[in-house]
Amino acid sequence: MAAVIEEAAPPEADIPVATDVTFRVRRFLPEHDSEPHWQDYTVALFPTDRVLTALEKIKGELDGTLSFRRSCGHGICGSDAMRINGRNRLACKTLVKDLDTDKPITIEAIKGLDVEKDLIVDMEPFFAAYRQVLPFLIPEGHEPSRERLQSAEDRARFDDTTKCILCAACTTSCPVYWTDDQYFGPAAIVAAHRFIFDSRDSGFEQRLEVLNDKEGVWRCRTTFNCTDACPRGIEVTKAIQEVKRALIFRRV
Amino acid sequence: MQTHIFDVIIVGAGGAGMRAALESSTRAKTAVLTKLYPTRSHTGAAQGGMCAALANVEEDNWEWHTFDTIKGGDYLVDQDAAEIMCKEAIDAVLDLEKMGLPFNRTPEGRIDQRRFGGHTRNHGEAAVRRSCYAADRTGHMILQTLYQNCIKEGVEFFNEFYVLDIILNEDSGEPVAAGAVAYELATGEIHVFRAKSVVFATGGYGKVWKTTSNAHTLTGDGMGIIWRNGLPLEDMEFYQFHPTGLAGLGVLLTEGARGEGGILRNASGERFMERYAPTIKDLAPRDMVARAMVQEVREGRGGGPNKEYVYLDLTHLPAEQVESKLPDITEFSRTYLGVDPITELVPVFPTAHYAMGGVPTNVDTEVLRDNEHVVPGLYAAGEVACVSVHGANRLGTNSLLDINVFGRRAGIAAAEYANSVEHAELPDDPQGTTIALVERLRSASGSERTAVLRKDMQDTMDMNAQVYRTEATLKQALSDVQELKARYANVSIQDKGTRYNTDLIEVIELGFLLDLAEVTVVSALERKESRGGHAREDYPTRDDVNFMRHTMAYKSEDVSGEDYVRLDYKPVTMTRYEPMERKY
Repeated sequence: MAAVIEEAAPPEADIPVATDVTFRVRRFLPEHDSEPHWQDYTVALFPTDRVLTALEKIKGELDGTLSFRRSCGHGICGSDAMRINGRNRLACKTLVKDLDTDKPITIEAIKGLDVEKDLIVDMEPFFAAYRQVLPFLIPEGHEPSRERLQSAEDRARFDDTTKCILCAACTTSCPVYWTDDQYFGPAAIVAAHRFIFDSRDSGFEQRLEVLNDKEGVWRCRTTFNCTDACPRGIEVTKAIQEVKRALIFRRV
Repeated sequence: MQTHIFDVIIVGAGGAGMRAALESSTRAKTAVLTKLYPTRSHTGAAQGGMCAALANVEEDNWEWHTFDTIKGGDYLVDQDAAEIMCKEAIDAVLDLEKMGLPFNRTPEGRIDQRRFGGHTRNHGEAAVRRSCYAADRTGHMILQTLYQNCIKEGVEFFNEFYVLDIILNEDSGEPVAAGAVAYELATGEIHVFRAKSVVFATGGYGKVWKTTSNAHTLTGDGMGIIWRNGLPLEDMEFYQFHPTGLAGLGVLLTEGARGEGGILRNASGERFMERYAPTIKDLAPRDMVARAMVQEVREGRGGGPNKEYVYLDLTHLPAEQVESKLPDITEFSRTYLGVDPITELVPVFPTAHYAMGGVPTNVDTEVLRDNEHVVPGLYAAGEVACVSVHGANRLGTNSLLDINVFGRRAGIAAAEYANSVEHAELPDDPQGTTIALVERLRSASGSERTAVLRKDMQDTMDMNAQVYRTEATLKQALSDVQELKARYANVSIQDKGTRYNTDLIEVIELGFLLDLAEVTVVSALERKESRGGHAREDYPTRDDVNFMRHTMAYKSEDVSGEDYVRLDYKPVTMTRYEPMERKY
């Protein structure tokens, strides 16, 4: 039985108050602008508000033309990856209190994909790269009547890479991806890892051909930007290294 | 304007839509039209699991599951539909495993199962381990697995195509599906999709409320389109408020937390559910737990400086169990409230979560245009639909089950129908209504703003049409919503462009939300009883004599040409389960 919960009224200083925060947003309206430009907006926010809340407020109260994607609002749909103060993050998972609000907070579209409008980028090349690595189970032999058996240990082997939400934060933080649009980028390799290390999968040889290509995993320079960027805490660089090792030794 | 021709079009790419697509695309030329990239769909937010009587860890059978579903739904469930769902549940789970879904495993390597609210052994004896799960990311894994298999099967997607209307051919005097009209977000272009079968899998409408677990994009578009075309909506008064939303935010914390042993406590630390559901306590169905929580707060036993929430206690569970079985909700709690569930109690309060009601269908997912007749070629599955397997209250995990079982049935039925008929002729100007809607809203110059109207709607719905309702609160909500609808006629947007005009999308979505808020409130006003998720303080008991029936709401015109919500009723299908008092 848990202890009785003490409920003291919080001291005045602890009561959060909304304060003005300025956001410097990199705008691009394709029907008006030939070049992107910066625009400042100031909105009142609580420290626990999300950056997404700020963008919603700006759009709702100040400027309806500000355009961005969003859906779930709590970090599981992957719609709102953007550069916040120069770092790739999800707007819905970044709280105002964790940012320095003494100066404007910069917001830009993720890099390496064409900007369509404001914070919206063309996601097609990203998903095309994902499709290239055959991101689905390739089983062998007859289908069992019940489930395939898999030990808890075997299941744990690829747990980390099942968490990917395809937000593109990793891929668009990768300096190789920025300069080489043939490289399919960290997210696609994470997807490959998820299947290569699944004991039920037999598609290693087929994926190997794709991954072993000169634009495949070997383009990775191990800068760890992807691991830092992942909002799901996936050890992306480690997963890429494991895929490289599997290719070298031709086994998982 | 562009025209496309398919055998089957599926509207929506969440679990139900993609499960349908996997069946349909192997049988007929199929396209999936989706407002969002498929992996953004809200199926991905589901956490706790998908129930099926696999009996992998203890004795279980699908008949017990059926009984629990019917009792959980306070006997408003259509029993034939529940039987189908619970029977087909076993293959639905096994199919997902074969597609690659990484379920948690038992020591023997089978799919692991855990307890969930309202799921019991032998008709209520004790909680049973029935929920198949992947940590607290079951919905994420289902969405990813279905998308991956759609890639494998080469399913054709039209991403960021927002369907705004269905096309019905009424040449015979009765409506027949002929296609749909979509707005392409990237370009602002209107597309006509001609099809023999149209499957709606567009999800729910939780954004009617302020405190909700639902995504920003869950705006009831599919239900709204059906409604505007004069087709009925069923049981819209039954909306589920999930007990454990993060207090003040509404972010979902899975019932699986209580399945793993979590306990709800009030400010004095009491395990209050012992008083409300002595047998299964914290694992009572959601409607009962949500009411108990509100009751505790109303009677002054809430926690926090304003005594406005209760607590979810996981602190007695081993840290390793919490981290491995409930990693995402642990992170949500840390990120958004700064509370660590390993060592601290998590403030929680009910959050608008799931529509039991929706577009009425039969068990083959064909859409009904009245109590008896279907619209040939029109199908619905998942949260948008009302089969009705959830009745007055859905059991946890049965939504992930619903989308898989009825998504599959929709895909098969739509393709088989398409293969048996010719395309219906398009009516003249099938895109006219949509073009008029888009042009009016894009060029409007009124003084009202989308965000203000939306907030006002959400405020009144949270205040007046939430867990508890009375005639007075519902009348207040109705007059507020009707006033907001009048103000909506004077709304304008700032973005007048054609490319990625999300300002326009939001104002269109608000129009659907306002329609659905009104239907919900009108249906609720007329149901003068308390049943499942619909709790009327002025009518606190269930009234089987007068209200053992489904509500059917229709958009109608009165003599002066004004729209109003006309209500009719439909009998509940009973097979072998006699209504009983609902005790746990």
